[in-house]
This record gives sequence, structure tokens and C-alpha cells, in this order.
Amino acid sequence: MEAASITASRIAPTTASRLWANTREFLDQYGLIILLLAMPVAYGIHDILEDHSLSHLLRNIKEGLSNGAIYAIIALGYTLVYGIIELINFAHGDLFMIGTATSASVLAWLIGPIGLLLACVAALLIAMITCASINAMIERIAYRPLRGAPKLAPLITAVGFSFLLVNVGQLWLSGQHVSVGDPIDNSVAFFTVFDVPFTHGDAIAFGVAIPLLLALTAFITTSRLGKAMRATAQDPEAARLMGINVDTTISVTFIIGGLLAGAAGLMWALYQNDVYFFQGFQAGLIAFTAAVMGGIGNLKGAVLGGLIIGCIQVINDDRWNATWTPAVVFIYLILIMVFRPRGLVGEETREAG
Amino acid sequence: MSALTQARASLTPAFMKNERQRRTASRVLAVALIVFVAILPLFFPLTATFVNTSTIALAYIVMALGLNIVVGFAGLLDLGYVAFYALGAYAMGWFGSTYFVKEGSSASINVFAGPEAKGQVGIHFNFLLILLAAVVICAIAGILIGLPTLRLRGDYIAIVTLAFGEIIRVIAVNGESIHLFGYELTNGKKGITPIDVPSLPGYGTLPIQDFNLRPWYWLALVMVLVVLFCNIRLRDSRLGRAWIAIREDEVAATSMGIPAVKTKLLAYATGAAFGGMSGAFLGAYLRTVNADQFEFSFSILILAMVILGGLGSIWGVVLGAAVLSYIDRQIIQETGPNLLKDLGITIDASQLGFGVFGFLLVVMMVLRPEGLLPERRRKLEFEEGVGTGETMLEARVT
Repeated sequence: MEAASITASRIAPTTASRLWANTREFLDQYGLIILLLAMPVAYGIHDILEDHSLSHLLRNIKEGLSNGAIYAIIALGYTLVYGIIELINFAHGDLFMIGTATSASVLAWLIGPIGLLLACVAALLIAMITCASINAMIERIAYRPLRGAPKLAPLITAVGFSFLLVNVGQLWLSGQHVSVGDPIDNSVAFFTVFDVPFTHGDAIAFGVAIPLLLALTAFITTSRLGKAMRATAQDPEAARLMGINVDTTISVTFIIGGLLAGAAGLMWALYQNDVYFFQGFQAGLIAFTAAVMGGIGNLKGAVLGGLIIGCIQVINDDRWNATWTPAVVFIYLILIMVFRPRGLVGEETREAG
Repeated sequence: MSALTQARASLTPAFMKNERQRRTASRVLAVALIVFVAILPLFFPLTATFVNTSTIALAYIVMALGLNIVVGFAGLLDLGYVAFYALGAYAMGWFGSTYFVKEGSSASINVFAGPEAKGQVGIHFNFLLILLAAVVICAIAGILIGLPTLRLRGDYIAIVTLAFGEIIRVIAVNGESIHLFGYELTNGKKGITPIDVPSLPGYGTLPIQDFNLRPWYWLALVMVLVVLFCNIRLRDSRLGRAWIAIREDEVAATSMGIPAVKTKLLAYATGAAFGGMSGAFLGAYLRTVNADQFEFSFSILILAMVILGGLGSIWGVVLGAAVLSYIDRQIIQETGPNLLKDLGITIDASQLGFGVFGFLLVVMMVLRPEGLLPERRRKLEFEEGVGTGETMLEARVT
């Protein structure tokens, strides 16, 4: 249809076909931006007419960005692993859940003896190391033996480990919602700009996420292992021929993914204050959606996708109806896939080329 | 010339004979298996748990065979297959229960629904008519879900189908707030219940599940046989070969004149139709259509059956579906806990079900990465390494 309309417009540039071609070009270029801005702009106009200020919308967006920072960190784990071995790592969401459970336990155990700040740092480190070791172990047991197997086989072992981790979480948390309390007084504001409070919760979300992102970028772009990771992602065979140890590189990728999942676990425990063994599934699904929305395999895309989904979620929860939020997120995903089949900033990965 | 003819004369019959022998052997084996499965419930009490499990396993086999068309034959990874279970089950709930009734009204529609439904309010169609409706609804839904994925490749297809599956689940959960002509669309987590007991032409009304499970089992078995026959015929047809060609190399297939759009959409529609059929049966068998049944993990369970059995291999998928159904429903929920109790180990086994299932998935997949009964074509590729970039670390040149 596309080709037909283009040829038609070249042979006989009738007004109708030119109009159609122009509309198409316009939609290809700006359709996605219009789509993404539709909701905030509509609510912005609504706010100006009703409240004569934009602070309600700004509050939503700020909250969405803090929420989205957590999803972005989880999404990075999906996208790193996908980029390097083209596997949808279904166990990653549940790994994040183990991270939340570890953080909650460490916080409950250490806040009394060593104080809040040190306890948070300890929880961060312990959760990161726990998740990294589990992830490396999963890679060793469930993915490495299947490296020569049909492409979908590791998907099923990933699902198997996801079930195992859910079960571990269930036994650990006795199948209950465990409250972390509110150790950092989440909703207390440091300062307020335009009626938008910047709270302790936001400080945790950004204070953990931004340094992690900077460190990750530095690692991937400059270090030897980071370069090996990029080379392996581009072409494993050629990377091996160049003397890169592909197995080690893949292990390192999984360790980094685990570190990020553990950090996201602490962010969640401090920001949402509630830990549950089944939440890994939902959070994993949303983070995976974020990774795909940005263009799977692309680090910037994962962060962008996470932030966008965070905003969509908060705006929808606040303005419309929280029970429909998953459906709205997925409708956005489908529309983005229709406009940009490779995701927002998708590069050509091996599969999607 | 003559040497060639001679060679052909001496070679061909031997080869044909082998092939013919192999076919006869597998046919005899298939018939024996079907007879064995058909008489199996006679060895158990009328309402044995085993017969219940087997009936559900048969319904899952139908689903797995449907998903095998999409994932195994056409190579389109579908993570939202539960959508068709939901649509099929809701078709059964809408057209075969007392759900659509306004308070105080005695309006009823009754189309060959059997003596039980006579005089009852609500919409009551015959079981087979609803099965047909479920097939049609799901085939259309399959095409609609397939349309946005046509431009996508690989795992992006997976996430779009997953998104549709989740959207349908959310609609099912929140269906109470959607009103059509003054009726609520679904009953959310409370569920539409009870569903009419099927009434089959030539047999009459099936007994209620509390008294006798055998007719239900045989009904499910007939459904499996019909779907099995369709699957084998489809695989060997022009369409089936087109699916496999698209799976192996889409660019090569389209340049050979295979219409990619039509072929892919037909794969989605056929796979969805079988899923809807099984969903409608499960709706009637479980007597309730409830939004909790349509979780994402169900899609994963069916996908695991297909991959564990052997992608694209019809008998492999049947075996995979049977194995996982029995592990999920019989071993983890019945046999295992009883065994532990006999051994004197007091663990709350219901707390470990998830983990045991996951552990078994990992072990089986690591031991047989190509599936329990791999498709012959794939087995060759796997053993000789003549693949089309299907393995994890092979670079794609396309």
C-alpha cells in the first residue's frame, strides 16, 4: 500500500494522493510525538481551565519520573541481557522481587543497631550482591548449557527459574505483604517549586538511579569489559575471533543486570514501602514493556521507556482509574510498535534488523 | 542412461519400502495409543481425580496444538495465547448460561439447548453451536491481534501479543464496569456461573461433573482427535509448507511468491480458533468463567508445553502438553504430597508447588533442549548444525 501510493503520486500527482502521501509522511515523523504528548497536553489544558495552574500535572509528572526511575533500572537488566544473547530473561522481574525482600530484611535487621543511613547503604550493597550472585548462578545453570540449543529453549528455563524464585520469595515472606514501614519519611519535602514538592522518596529514586546510570554508561563505554560486551552484542562469533572470552562477557552482563535489580529492589522497598512475593511478575512485565518500548537492546531506550511508562501510570492512576492502568500502558505499547516497529530509539539489533 | 534407470529401479523401491514401513508402523502405533487412551477411564471410578486431570490435560493438548501452529509452524512467538482461552470461555458463558438476565425479566433465548435449559431465562444455545461461535470469534480476534505484528520481527511480535493478552485480561477483570445494552460484559472475578451442561445430538445431555466424568473425558478426546487430524492435514498442506517456509526464512519465502501477510494471518486465525474451542470446552467443564483463570502464566504454561514437547512436532506437542498437565495437576497437587505424607515428612507441600514445577521445567529443558520428540527437520538441524540462525549465538546475516 505504501509503495503503491508513492508510485501513484509520482506518476499522476493528483490532489488526493498527494494529500495522502503528505499525511503519511507527517504521521511517520510526528505521529509518535503527538501520541506521547496527547495525554499530558490534554490534562494540562484541563488543569489551566479548571485550576488556572499546571502544578497538578507537574506533580503527576514528577511522581511518574520517580516511579519510572525504578522501572528504568529494572528495564536495563532486561535490555542488557537481550542485547547480548537475545533472550527475554523472564526471571529478571522475580530477581528484582528477591532484591526487595533482601532490602526489607536487611533494613528491618540493621536500622536499629547502626542507624538509618548506614542501614540503607548496607541494604543496597547486600541486595545488589545477592541479586548479582543469583543472576550469575542462573546464567551458569540454566542458560549456558543451552547456548547451542534452539532459540526458545532458554526462554523456558528462564520461566522455570522465575517460578523457583517466586517460591523462594513466598517461603521467605511467608506468602504475605510485608511492610517496610516508612523509614525515610517518604512524603516529607526538601523544597517546593511551583507547588511541586521534592520529597525524600524522590531523592532516593533519583539519588540511586542517576549515579548508577552514570557508572553503567562509563563502564560500558570506556572499560575493557564494557567494550567486550558491546562487541559480543554486535557479533558474538567475530568477538570470539578477536580474542574476547564470550562466556566471561556474558557472565559479566548477567552480574551487572543482577546488581541493577538489587538496587531497584532497595529503591522499591524505600519508595513503595511494601514487599510481596508476586510483585516481581507485575514489575517485570512493566519493565520489560519499557525495554521494548525504547527499543530492546538499547540502554538509552530502556531508561526512556521506563520514565514514559512511569508517567503514563501515575497520570492514569491519578486522573482516571488505577484498575485500567495496565491496559492503558499496553495500548500505548501497541501504538508505539505500530508507529515505530523498532521502539523509540531502537537500533538495529541482530534479530530486528 | 540405462545405468541410471537401473540404479533408480534398485534404489527407489528400497527407499519407498522403508518409508512405507515407517508409516505403517507409526499408524499402528497411533491407533493403539488412541484405543488405549479411549478405554483408560474405564479402569478408574466414575469421578476419579485422575479422570478429571486427564480431561483437563486433553483440553490443554488442544490449546498446545493450536499454539504450535503459530509458534511451531509459522515461527511467530505468541505470549498472549490466553486471550483466546478467555474469548472462547466467555463465548460459552455468554451464550450458554443465565447470565444475561435483567431483574424481574423472564426473557429467554433457547436454540437446541436441550431439555435442561427449557424454560430457563437467559441465552441458551446448543453446546456445538457455541463451540462454533467460539471458533469464529477467536479466528477474527486472532487476525485482529495479528495485524499490528505484521511489520514487526522476532521478539517484538512476542511483546505485542503479550500486550493484547494482558488487555483482554484487564477487560475481563473490569468487565463489570463495561455496559452493553444495559448488561455487564463480564462478571469479573466473581465469574459467570453456572454454565449449561452440554446437550449433544444423538447422545442427550451430559451427566453433571459430580456424578460421572467419563462422557466429559470422551468429549474432550473427540475434540483432540478432530484437532489432531486438522493439524496433521494442515502441516502437510500447501499452507502448512508455506508456514514452515516463512519460519525458516521470511525473505526467501516471500521472494518465492508466498504471500507473507495472508500466510501469517491464517496461522494466527487457525491457532486462535483451536484455542477458542478448548476455552469454550473448559468453560463448560469447569462450570464457571472467571477472570482469575486468564493470567499471563497460563500463556507461559501452554508455551512451555509446545517448546518442551518439540516446536513444530505434532506428537511432541501432544506429549509435552500431557506431561506438563500431569506434573502440574496430578504429581504436584496429589501424588507428591501423598508420597511425602507416607514417608512421614511433614512439609506443607502446597507451598512448594511453584518451585517444584519450575525446577522440573529447568531440568527437562537442560536435558532435552530440542524437545521431547523433536520435529525431524529441527532434529537434523540441531544434530548437524545446519541451522538458519536459530540458535542463541549465531549471528544473523539478514
